[in-house]
Amino acid sequence: MTVAGFLSQLLQLAIALLLAPLLVGWVNKCRAWLSNKTAPSILLPYRMIRKLFGKDAVVADNASPIFRLTPYIVFGAMCCAAAIVPSLATDLPFAQAADAIALVGLFALARVFMALAAMDIGTSFGSLGARREMFVGFLAEPALLMVLFTASLISGSTSLPTIVDTLAHRDLAIYPSIAFAGVAFTMVSLAENARVPVDNPATHLELTMIHEAMLLEYSARHLALLEWAAALKLFNYSCIGLALFFPFGIVVSGTDWLALLGAAPALIAKLLVGGFALALIETLSAKMRIFRAPEFLGTAFMLAVLAMLVNLLLGA
Amino acid sequence: MSPQPLELVIAAIVAWLAIGTLGLIRPRRFRFITRVLFPAGSAVGLALGIVAFMVLAQSPHLSVEETILPLGLPDLPFHLRLDPLSAFFLLLLGATGTAISLYSSGYFRPSEGTAPGLICFQYHAFLAAMALVLVADDAYVFMVAWESMALASFFLVITEHRIPEIRRAGFLYLLIAHVGAIAILLCFGTLQGGSGDYTFATMRSLHMTGVWPSVAFFLALFGFGAKAGLLPLHIWLPEAHPAAPSPVSALMSGVMLKTAIYGILRVTFDLMDGQLWWWGVAALALGLATALFGVIFAAAQSDMKRLLAYSSIENIGIIVAGIGLTILFKSYGKTLLAAITLTAVLYHALNHAFFKSLLFLATGSVLHATNERSLGKLGGLIHRMPWVAWVALVGVLACAGLPPLNGFVSEWLLLQAFLFTPSLPQSFVNMLVPVAAAALVLAVALSAYVMVKFYGVIFLGRPREANLAYAKDAGKFERVGLLWLTLGCIVLGIFPVNVIALIDPINTMLVGSTAISAGNSNWLLLAPINADRSSYSPLIMLVVILAVVLLTLQVVHRHYHGRVRRAPAWDCGFPAQTPRMQDTAEGFGQPVRTVFEPFFRIERHLPSPSDNAPMYFVKADDHFWSWFYVPIARGAEVLARLVGYIQQGRISVYLAYSFFTLLALLFLVR
Repeated sequence: MTVAGFLSQLLQLAIALLLAPLLVGWVNKCRAWLSNKTAPSILLPYRMIRKLFGKDAVVADNASPIFRLTPYIVFGAMCCAAAIVPSLATDLPFAQAADAIALVGLFALARVFMALAAMDIGTSFGSLGARREMFVGFLAEPALLMVLFTASLISGSTSLPTIVDTLAHRDLAIYPSIAFAGVAFTMVSLAENARVPVDNPATHLELTMIHEAMLLEYSARHLALLEWAAALKLFNYSCIGLALFFPFGIVVSGTDWLALLGAAPALIAKLLVGGFALALIETLSAKMRIFRAPEFLGTAFMLAVLAMLVNLLLGA
Repeated sequence: MSPQPLELVIAAIVAWLAIGTLGLIRPRRFRFITRVLFPAGSAVGLALGIVAFMVLAQSPHLSVEETILPLGLPDLPFHLRLDPLSAFFLLLLGATGTAISLYSSGYFRPSEGTAPGLICFQYHAFLAAMALVLVADDAYVFMVAWESMALASFFLVITEHRIPEIRRAGFLYLLIAHVGAIAILLCFGTLQGGSGDYTFATMRSLHMTGVWPSVAFFLALFGFGAKAGLLPLHIWLPEAHPAAPSPVSALMSGVMLKTAIYGILRVTFDLMDGQLWWWGVAALALGLATALFGVIFAAAQSDMKRLLAYSSIENIGIIVAGIGLTILFKSYGKTLLAAITLTAVLYHALNHAFFKSLLFLATGSVLHATNERSLGKLGGLIHRMPWVAWVALVGVLACAGLPPLNGFVSEWLLLQAFLFTPSLPQSFVNMLVPVAAAALVLAVALSAYVMVKFYGVIFLGRPREANLAYAKDAGKFERVGLLWLTLGCIVLGIFPVNVIALIDPINTMLVGSTAISAGNSNWLLLAPINADRSSYSPLIMLVVILAVVLLTLQVVHRHYHGRVRRAPAWDCGFPAQTPRMQDTAEGFGQPVRTVFEPFFRIERHLPSPSDNAPMYFVKADDHFWSWFYVPIARGAEVLARLVGYIQQGRISVYLAYSFFTLLALLFLVR
């Protein structure tokens, strides 16, 4: 473990923690623009989190310790994930502890705790949200792993920094396997982050909500942590996508660590474009019925399998 | 001179039998049996586990020990042998048996059907038979032990034999066990290759040619698969597990299913000298089909022990898929990859023994506290039974394959193995692998769904019945047993490299390569090939997550206030909220039932508009009953009726049969 590695690790974690709410704010702003509304401030998520931290936590009468512990565990898992995903540099000492499969495991850990906490109070909303979240989860997880497998087959490694190193050193061209995997990954990210075709982050209508249904009983600091964790999750997914499919600007191993200064603006620029693209997708598509989700995620899954087959057949 | 390990193992078997016999002598002395005999059995289990551990830990080279006991039929003495493979499964038996026996001390109540002394005998005979299966070194003693195991467990399953359904479940189990045993017998018959010598040593030295190795392999897969619960012979599991007392379910699911895995490994890699690639493909396909089938059915169950039984089917499927992959690698000479896959297989067997025993024991405590097995009548037990709830949480997370617990390690290793497959020379197999890996991932993701359902409906939410308010937490002995298994799940999850070091002697023995020295793993970092390729360190991950959690707690509570106000749950302005408005077990499983509808045989009854007493029910059944078993049963009936025609009941007709038979024989055998 080098000093530079340690520094880039800390820097990256700090940037993820600080930028994640900003990304959510930016996506919300774009969504408002695209639907001709007056946009809220891009800093709104920060104010929201600050306000929530100051409030008294109201916990339901029959909540168990699991309910109160879950926000911290989910937040911890997302921070851990943020430390693995190479957003700025690939020299990440911590990434040795957890590879792409462990990353998916971390996301699953957070999801299971969210679902358990939602069932803890025993309201019909909570268990409805938990059931739907686990439903979307088991459909999305194989597709996500297939995408990561495609990338690992190309680079011969499941460690994310090594994958990004390999992908960043390839010639600039459109690889069919990567193109398929990219589409699949986008679809999975939409589902996993409770975005429009599968879920709607802005709704509180019981027929449609998934993620929000699980948060209904949370308030104050617990809610703040969960909102922050959700923002981190979106940030992590965006960074995985950017690192796999647009690995430009990331400081790959072997380069001077001063290049980090250039990596941060590159990341922000990519996130701005990515956030706008997300808002565009959300604005253009309609929320689908929950039982259409298997079709949607099945398509993502087939695309990911196709990417893997194409990679095996063409070697590209 | 200190005694040899094998002698100690034999001593443990004898001790178990002796403890069982003591129970028989005083069958109604309840306190003596539960407070003395079962703890003594647990101590024997611990000793056995330690012996097996020492054998594995001290054998960097092959350590094989053989002995011949002058027991059994004349000229057919018992051949016994202790090698790393046996030692590993003995470790599994000893380590989980310790906890289950301790738990049993607190579990059995005087009223449960069979007399306690008889239960004690059957239980310890079951343990002894399993240990004997693992050290058997000829087909004769293997079959004796195998059948004793089946019989002992059959009597344990029907402990509450006054209930007709339980008797039915027991007979079904006995039937399938014997169908399997016949196949195993035929398999050994094939393996001895006409030499007439049924010792395993002879089978090892023989080289079979032609179609015979394949016949032997598939007989073994079928025979042991019947015990393990592979498709289509899985049907006894969901019937027998709910019928059996919980410690017995734990022992059967956690340990007995693993003896079948042991059998497959023993026959395939030890007794046969070569493997063909297509066996691997067949085992892989069968394993994955079993895994998916098991987990999909688990999601639809509303009886907590049936749910766990189907989840066991899933895990056995994953293990057999791993065995298939090992065969595939081995047949192409990729010994290093075969070693990694075999490590995943054995690791998962060990993990499953721990977390599934833990979950079965937890259901036992819930059952005792509430008298209820149906998920629809439970709920909110985390407030009444915090001990059981917290240890079950660990078991559930491990079973769902989540890091940093043990279930994840073996799944991680297996997925790594799938990623190595493109190095195989056959492009057809290479194409197959993405699909196989995807099926495995789907099964694992679904098991998280199942486990959330299991835990959420039993322990979380509000109690669905009024009498749950009087549920009591587990007693002392039960807690110790549960805690032991919980710690096992955590330790196996956090220190994978040390566990793999124990498995490596088996890799050397069966596939001729080690998994661990090949990579540059140290005690902290698990890296099968090299750290660039893939690495995993649960300890670092756990420390980081815990550090973030504690830091966040500190920061939040220091900078803001830690005030908490308790209030009723938000009711959307509709105050008449009842616990019945929570998801039922059926409701929670409904999405899976809808998505995978073709897997189920669904019977729906919809009320018509004019019904006075409208009723709605859905029944989701197993296709295998109607597609596989019912035709066989009908066929048997038809055959019996045809045979019945020649049974006239008149002596003259029977004499005529003898006459014609004699004529035919005279004609044929001149």
